[in-house]
Amino acid sequence: MNASAHTAPRETRGRLLERFGLLLCLLLLVLVLSLVTDRFLTVDNLTNVVRQSSINAIIAVGVMLVILTRGIDLSVGSVLAFSSVFGTTWLTQGGVPVPVAILLSVGAGVVLGLTSGALVAYLRIPPFIATLGMMTFARGAALAYTQGQPVSGLAGGYRWAGAGELLGVPVPIVLLALVYLLGYLLLEHTGPGRSIRAIGDNPEAARWSGLPVRRVQLLVYGISGGLAALAGVILAGRLNSAQPTAGVFYELDAIAAVVVGGTSFAGGKGSLSGTLIGALLIASINNGMNLLNFPADLQAIAKGAVIILALLLYRQLRRTRPGRAVRAPTPNENPEPHPS
Amino acid sequence: MDEASAPDAPLLSLRGLEKSFPGVRALRAVDFEVRAGEIMALVGENGAGKSTLMKILNGVDRPDAGSLRWRGREGFPASPAEAQAAGISMIHQELALVPDLDVGRNLFLGREPRWGPGLVDRRRLYREAQEELDQLGLAVDARATVRDYPLAQQQMIEVAKALSLRARLLVMDEPTSSLTGREVEVLFERMRSLRSRGIALVFISHRMEEIFAIADRITIMRDGAVVSVDPAANLDADEVIRRMVGREVGDPGEGGGWPAVAADAEPLLEVEGLGRGRAFRDISFRLQPGEILGVSGLVGAGRTELAEALFGVRPAEVGRLRVQGREQRIRHPGDALRAGIALVPEDRKGQGLFLGMSVGANTVMAVLSRFLAAGLFLRHGRLRRVAEQFVERLRVRTPSVRQEVRNLSGGNQQKVVIAKWLALEPKVLILDEPTRGIDVGAKAEIYRLMRSLAAEGMGILMISSELPEILGVSTRILVLHEGRLAGSFLPAETDSDELMRAATGTRAVAAGEGAAG
Repeated sequence: MNASAHTAPRETRGRLLERFGLLLCLLLLVLVLSLVTDRFLTVDNLTNVVRQSSINAIIAVGVMLVILTRGIDLSVGSVLAFSSVFGTTWLTQGGVPVPVAILLSVGAGVVLGLTSGALVAYLRIPPFIATLGMMTFARGAALAYTQGQPVSGLAGGYRWAGAGELLGVPVPIVLLALVYLLGYLLLEHTGPGRSIRAIGDNPEAARWSGLPVRRVQLLVYGISGGLAALAGVILAGRLNSAQPTAGVFYELDAIAAVVVGGTSFAGGKGSLSGTLIGALLIASINNGMNLLNFPADLQAIAKGAVIILALLLYRQLRRTRPGRAVRAPTPNENPEPHPS
Repeated sequence: MDEASAPDAPLLSLRGLEKSFPGVRALRAVDFEVRAGEIMALVGENGAGKSTLMKILNGVDRPDAGSLRWRGREGFPASPAEAQAAGISMIHQELALVPDLDVGRNLFLGREPRWGPGLVDRRRLYREAQEELDQLGLAVDARATVRDYPLAQQQMIEVAKALSLRARLLVMDEPTSSLTGREVEVLFERMRSLRSRGIALVFISHRMEEIFAIADRITIMRDGAVVSVDPAANLDADEVIRRMVGREVGDPGEGGGWPAVAADAEPLLEVEGLGRGRAFRDISFRLQPGEILGVSGLVGAGRTELAEALFGVRPAEVGRLRVQGREQRIRHPGDALRAGIALVPEDRKGQGLFLGMSVGANTVMAVLSRFLAAGLFLRHGRLRRVAEQFVERLRVRTPSVRQEVRNLSGGNQQKVVIAKWLALEPKVLILDEPTRGIDVGAKAEIYRLMRSLAAEGMGILMISSELPEILGVSTRILVLHEGRLAGSFLPAETDSDELMRAATGTRAVAAGEGAAG
């Protein structure tokens, strides 16, 4: 080691842990599951894990954007249910083509999301309350719209979204990749994305800086609703039916993925890669317990415990980072513009 | 008093303190002492090491080397609680009271007198709290809610709390920064009476006149070392500033060479009959290019409210406003920014900065929409160049524009807030208390910057509570009193007494050319 910069290695290690600590947790889990089951580490099963995680991971992107602005979206599970029965009813009874049905479904999700957003941004209802109301409202609407009956017998094209393949890759995984790519572009390379982080970092200063705070709030809740609906399309396609009771507790899985992924409820800080790893972590836990034949009730208990443990472990790893000392510039520092 | 036997023996003595943080030697061979019944002023630019020294004294940080002797005993406190138990109390800039609890509860928070099965003995609590308050000569009711008292009283409530903890040494960190002139006098009165009770006080401040009004001795720090310790009587303000910065600094008064204000130039900003509720009324004035219009007045006179109305944070209800002759309606900051009005707020951290974001991101935040490709995508390269340009122009001391703003000193943070607005190239720049809590060197830089902006034709509105600053920097001065314009003055033809009389309403509306038009 270079003695002239004796603090550098420690800092580098801290930063590495901060950045990759979560990935380490995931790899550790994969390792353990590979050792205790013989079926976990197979291409088929791993593909399956990613496919299963896709619904939660896609919802989590929207929820993360909301949390970045210091909000919360509890309505995603219910929005998923309503938008999916809405779109599929138009498909089976309205006779609209599959792409139109999918657009109607996603559109319904966006409208519900924008409604929550308007409540938060313009009527100043706390996000927790506004989306709690939307959660109940959308669930009720889904049940009323279908009289409690599932919508089944979907056209092949609709099922393709949940169960099909594109060039050998399951469509949900393609959608997952697409959503994360667009999310990354939004967050790191656009004006609204920068505003999202700024509002979360200091809403008051954002207002004083002339940022369109309300429009951005509207945007994140709208995206959250739309992505929940997209997840609903995948779910209905996979099950070949849309259930008004689908998506119960999905908001909690999504929040867990976001928070395990390192996004802070204090707003502003968080990365999409963290959220994706968080979602994969949760899916791996589910998958592993299925492979190990855990009874369902024990699975819930174990999942809760593992989520909390993962969070504690991650925090511990981050804490090894030395303080908040001013970082001296290092000569080989990457001169690339660094978003935020 | 056991210390009385040796009156000159210091109550507190720190010797040879050393402390390093990664990349910074915060303290080098620092000696510091305070005697019982003495007010010791501790001065130095931000980053000189005052905070580190006080953190060590308070048990927050441990030094790398050195010794501490407190009332005859050796050893550093391991925690603030331990320091407090030993009789060392801190009173910070940001008060540590619970505003919604009553005064008595605050004084005894976490150590309430008990009776029977652990219930709070309310009668004893309020009786003892009231005794403590009365002893300080405060007109404060132990049963009243803290929030209902003005800031100056709250500060004294904190002093009472420290004394009820049997404090023998009080460290007051910029206690006057949010007080009005009269409140400062009251605070100093109390500090003197504490001194006469044998209590030692450490007074940290940037305000020279206050230091010389109250301090017995002055310890001056620079770059982590103690430059000198002298009785205040042997020093003057110029000398203290010279030692603090290690060079001559142009104080605001040295003015000279003002950009000539063309009286017939089209005014940048015209305000007519502006008013909002009881905050301010009938405000009319003009701001010409190249002017630095100082706005003076007591806390609560409506200065900040006026600025917030001009900037649209809390819009005016009546009145008209023109920018370069064009009528503008300003209902939110976006309107003001489009009209070319920017406001550097008083509360830097709360309203100006994104502490968790980089210097670069902060600098370009208000101009993001000008650097988007296809109206959506950030032009990272150009944003970075803009940020670097302003960081350089304002001499923001930061390793790179990627540094998080929270890691900068107060003066440099203030420069980042100003940079954010300059990037927007405003016509009118409003600065609300631009040098509050900023060290002398950074102050001089900010004055220089204001002058050069004015020389380039910008109109500047500067709100300030410091009369020397108002008198030294402004080209014209407006005084507000209880929400109304109490006068307009030229700095060369007035003095602080006259301004203070106008601000306190002891003089009828001044004759002044700007007051009506």
